[in-house]
Amino acid sequence: MAKTESTFKNMAMALTFIAIGASTCLGFVHEFTKKPIELSILNKKLNAIKQVVPEFNNNPNDEMFRLPTGEGDSLDIYPAKKDDLIVGYAINTYTKDGFSGNISIMAGFKPDGSIINTSVLQQKETPGLGTKMTEPLFKDQFIDKNPSEFMLKVKKDGGPVDAITAATISSRAFCDAIQRAYNTLQKGETK
Amino acid sequence: MNQLQNFTKGFIKENPVLVLVLGMCPTLATTSSAINGLGMGIATTFVLIGSNVVISLLSNLIPDKVRIPAFIVIIASFVTIVDLLMQAYVPDLYEKLGIFIPLIVVNCIVLGRAEAFASKNAVFPSFVDGFGMGLGFTMALGILGAIREIIGSGAIFGYKFISGDGILVFILAPGAFIALGYLIALINRFKRT
Repeated sequence: MAKTESTFKNMAMALTFIAIGASTCLGFVHEFTKKPIELSILNKKLNAIKQVVPEFNNNPNDEMFRLPTGEGDSLDIYPAKKDDLIVGYAINTYTKDGFSGNISIMAGFKPDGSIINTSVLQQKETPGLGTKMTEPLFKDQFIDKNPSEFMLKVKKDGGPVDAITAATISSRAFCDAIQRAYNTLQKGETK
Repeated sequence: MNQLQNFTKGFIKENPVLVLVLGMCPTLATTSSAINGLGMGIATTFVLIGSNVVISLLSNLIPDKVRIPAFIVIIASFVTIVDLLMQAYVPDLYEKLGIFIPLIVVNCIVLGRAEAFASKNAVFPSFVDGFGMGLGFTMALGILGAIREIIGSGAIFGYKFISGDGILVFILAPGAFIALGYLIALINRFKRT
């Protein structure tokens, strides 16, 4: 078959057909992957909620509500209930102070405000350094602490938190996210 | 050129990263661990094979003057397909590679193979070329990622074999340049003899 010549008509037709073909394919793939993508995002969220609050038997995702942070933003709060009694709140909190990009954390609080557990949802910290915030050695020190008496500050800043070696910025960012969640929850409750 | 030579030329002789020094952005940015490097390599391999096959099929129908936009549309479609599939089935890896998946579109290896090989050759050789080049890219990224992970965090494929930290600079950006430089030097040494 001879090579198509570069006339205006040929060029316009070739580009049109390629664009139509490409968008048709993408449409199909999008339809095909829509469900699995939604499912994987939801699963990740539910798993994180399960990790940070005690056993519950409601569906926290359906009872999600939002509270303003006081910085012109709001956080998603997932109440965990057992037999209609609130056993904890899972809060999807964030910080902008990460070493590279925002960090998103699911933090679980008891109704009295003490921390149950935390789970990092999304972070782009340096592998081997800041990523250690997802490991028990760092995050377990927050368990059962109440931010009203346990200052969320690393030792370098005069607080009680053991920072990750060579990742003070990531450790500070982690504290910042937890503090934001705590403040938001406290403000929401006193209202 | 026979097909075996065509297939293996991407491994050492014309390795896209270590000899042609193409696609440096993903090479340097995503190889902080072996698994990230391999994941990036496999995603790029898929795009390379797909775009090479489609472009070689359509090369006679695409007028020369609009070939670059046509190639880019085809490549971008494959990248979006990979992007969606990874998001659906390997969400963890997808999160780690993040922005570098969409950026495969502008990876010069992909456009380079389309322009230099697929647009001038038949479907099967183009498929073999894309596959070989992709594997060469994957190997280079995997090796670089493994070196950086071993030296930088004392682990391989996430499995730690020393307690404590490694030489941190290898995990950070300068370590990528250092490791890549030594790898290229090594390849050159072997190619000469």
